[in-house]
Amino acid sequence: MRVTVRLFARLRDLAGSGDLIRDVEAPATVETVWQSLTAEMPALREYEATMSVAVNAEYARMGAAVHDGDEVAFLPPVSGG
Amino acid sequence: MPLAAVTRDPLDLQTLARDLANDSSGDGAVATFTGLVRNHNKGRTVHFLEYEAYEPLAVRAFERIVNEILETWPAVRVGMQHRIGRLEIGEASIIIVAASPHRGDAFAACRYAIERVKQIVPIWKREHFEGGDVWLEGATADPDDEQAKLAAYGIACA
Repeated sequence: MRVTVRLFARLRDLAGSGDLIRDVEAPATVETVWQSLTAEMPALREYEATMSVAVNAEYARMGAAVHDGDEVAFLPPVSGG
Repeated sequence: MPLAAVTRDPLDLQTLARDLANDSSGDGAVATFTGLVRNHNKGRTVHFLEYEAYEPLAVRAFERIVNEILETWPAVRVGMQHRIGRLEIGEASIIIVAASPHRGDAFAACRYAIERVKQIVPIWKREHFEGGDVWLEGATADPDDEQAKLAAYGIACA
């Protein structure tokens, strides 16, 4: 199955792109997508303990199920305002 | 512009206040907050800021904050708009308006809103300063973190 991965701020800089398409095996969770991504780009692991995640633009947990066509976002600590 | 919005356009407090004021005959107070881009941070001379957002989730996070405010202060109406893109020194990055029958609730809700924005809204700023640039990172966003919510409430009602 295919998912869209969205990365923001410094995570986007580290990956070189904020918009990626990745194929992962079903059944998958956010964790599956993250492991696949960081296997390819280990530098992103720096954010493992501090990031938030979202599925289809709703906050989610690492264990949340991910389905074909979903958008999975990894968010560094926020700094709005 | 909607009362909860992320935009690339300059922010206009008067317009937001007017939009919020529809049907406001019961209001006795309007409190506002404007966040500005300042020219210094942590000893650095700041040239400008660059904001980015995960827009659909940012708008949902704003709406969540509005709902939290309604749970605590049922008579308060609140609007909040955040600007993204390149912002120069002195420009407004965020505006918040809270209207209420009484000033206490308006002030508290306005303060609560900005504290929650800094905790849970997926927006980031990159500071371009004398000699470089850096993404600023504050809180790990977790809208279900009750401790963070209580901390924001504590600051709002101090």
